[in-house]
Amino acid sequence: MRRLKYWQAISEGLVQCMEKDASIFIAGGGVDDPRGIFGTTLEAHKRFGAERVFDIPNCENAFTGVALGSAAVGKRPVVVHARNDFMFLAADQLINLAAKWKYMFGGRTSVPVLFRGIVGRGWGQGATHSQSTHSMFAHFPGLYVATPAFPDDAKGLIVTALRGHTPVILLENRACYELEGDVPEEMVPVQFGKARVLREGRDITIVGASLMAYEALRASDILRECGVSAEVLDPRSIRPLDRETIVASVRKTGRLVVADTSWSLYGFAAEVAALAAEEAWDYLKAPVRRVTPLDCPAPVSKVLEEAFHPSPSTIAQACLSVVKAEAALEKSVGDVQERFRGPY
Amino acid sequence: MTTVSNDQLVAMLRAMMRIRCSEESLAKRYPEGEMRTPTHFSIGQEAMAVGVCAALKQDDVIYSGHRCHAHYLAQGGSLLGMVGELYGREIGCARGRGGSVHLNSPEVGVMASAAIMGETIAVAVGSAMAFAMDRSPRVAVTFFGDGCVEEGIFHESLNFAVVKKLPVLFVCENNFYSVNSPLRLRQPPDLAIHTRATSYGLPAQQVDGNDVVAVYEAATTAVHHLRAGNGPYFLEGLTYRWREHVGPLFDTDQGVRSQRELDFWMEQCPIKRASARAQASGACTELDLRRWWKEFGQEIDAVVEQVRNSPFPKPENILDGTY
Repeated sequence: MRRLKYWQAISEGLVQCMEKDASIFIAGGGVDDPRGIFGTTLEAHKRFGAERVFDIPNCENAFTGVALGSAAVGKRPVVVHARNDFMFLAADQLINLAAKWKYMFGGRTSVPVLFRGIVGRGWGQGATHSQSTHSMFAHFPGLYVATPAFPDDAKGLIVTALRGHTPVILLENRACYELEGDVPEEMVPVQFGKARVLREGRDITIVGASLMAYEALRASDILRECGVSAEVLDPRSIRPLDRETIVASVRKTGRLVVADTSWSLYGFAAEVAALAAEEAWDYLKAPVRRVTPLDCPAPVSKVLEEAFHPSPSTIAQACLSVVKAEAALEKSVGDVQERFRGPY
Repeated sequence: MTTVSNDQLVAMLRAMMRIRCSEESLAKRYPEGEMRTPTHFSIGQEAMAVGVCAALKQDDVIYSGHRCHAHYLAQGGSLLGMVGELYGREIGCARGRGGSVHLNSPEVGVMASAAIMGETIAVAVGSAMAFAMDRSPRVAVTFFGDGCVEEGIFHESLNFAVVKKLPVLFVCENNFYSVNSPLRLRQPPDLAIHTRATSYGLPAQQVDGNDVVAVYEAATTAVHHLRAGNGPYFLEGLTYRWREHVGPLFDTDQGVRSQRELDFWMEQCPIKRASARAQASGACTELDLRRWWKEFGQEIDAVVEQVRNSPFPKPENILDGTY
């Protein structure tokens, strides 16, 4: 199997789906510009031209409606937001219409649109370019929300989304774009609602979506040096959520730490914690801990930014406190994108 | 000079009478409390729906907002599906999940209606974009009220449709009120809606929205324009809703709209005017009119009876259709 970078896997998934299905098109601000959304739309644009890969005026809410209206008569749009924060402008169409369409119109029609949103974070992207909208959108029945961390999952989830009947919000963390992984050349679908066990362990379960899957893995390396065996789960999609795999793991290890790229309150981490309380209470040996950004908007200054986001160190530290290990971390470990220098 | 044949005039007149008769009957029954959904009657505004839909083909698509009964029926949505929805029955067009504001019938091109202001303006533009991508002669129509003109999505949608030259007809039913807020307090008083629409670079026209023939002729011109690949078109029709914003009652005693204003518009009743025209041209007689009222009265009575005897959705199926 070849190794591809995350952005290359996304590109390949889109191109292969578009070859098979002429109803798929890609639209969004900058999808046809020389950078092609971090390279993810370059090949599609080259291959399929301006008819199927095109720029749009600045109209996030209207264009979401446009995508739904085209899907209602047979198209399969891929809508790209170079920063997922702009999806708040489209919240009405996404929440009041896309999510509810099939249900409130009696189940006869569906609007299978794939909405890609990129989570900025890092290099001082600040308050409105660093946040991840996954928890908010996952609140609403009718949407699927996927948060692939690895190249093969990004490709596989895109394949499933573009074959299905449900509107999908796919959030891609920019920090993942240059990371490599094995990716099958063929189109191998990854089902929504199936978690990936990244590492098996005995003492504690760490659940981390998107970028936090990497950080959780790196935290588990640190923990191994401290004599703690951590099981690491990547849910891959947070709606639907693979409750069974998470519950089974927590029942096995008896301990849970959830790391997330978004805030604790009312978020994904809270949801997983509630799941453990409801379904694995009798197996828990210690309280559940959440490791999330601090409860303020994302700051810009490097020192504040480092303090704001979870890192392998803070995840590992939380795990050590849960297992009540004596070991203290000797050194701090920076986040996975320490060497990031753009593009933005 | 009219281009409308007697047959076409009668068809449009009968369509308006059927909508009116059905809605009047439902409004009368509404206080019984069995229709447990906020209901926005179209009474008084039938000519816009009927005149525009008469200019369409069966494979064209329409979108509507919260006041969608007339559009749904005019484009061929089933009366049973609508009444079933109001009564919350499984037989409703949205299986009792949607209510008065979410009427739809994709089989006949009524794709969606939605309660959030302006939402389906953009969606209609999207269907038009799909038709344009397929080089199809199909067109999309979106019906909305004067209130939606104040929403951002209206402006985003017009701009997009013009830039992409899409076959979408924007139909603004200007009834001068957004709930209880009069138009003159919400928009520039001396700058009509269609005039402002032209600033986006598309042809826009104002019609007497209570003259079904004028609406039909304007819509026919507009649809020709769309099918010829000339881009979008904007139609503003001046009309008036007789009843309160939501619910079956008259509201002239509420201090917002005057009886005098309502009386003026009731004089302009689209059915009254089309009936007079049809009789004058020999398209129908007084007797025909009486016969048709009776026919539609019997139809709605039978449909209501059928719906009331039909089952409610089963609570164990409440999740059906979420995905």
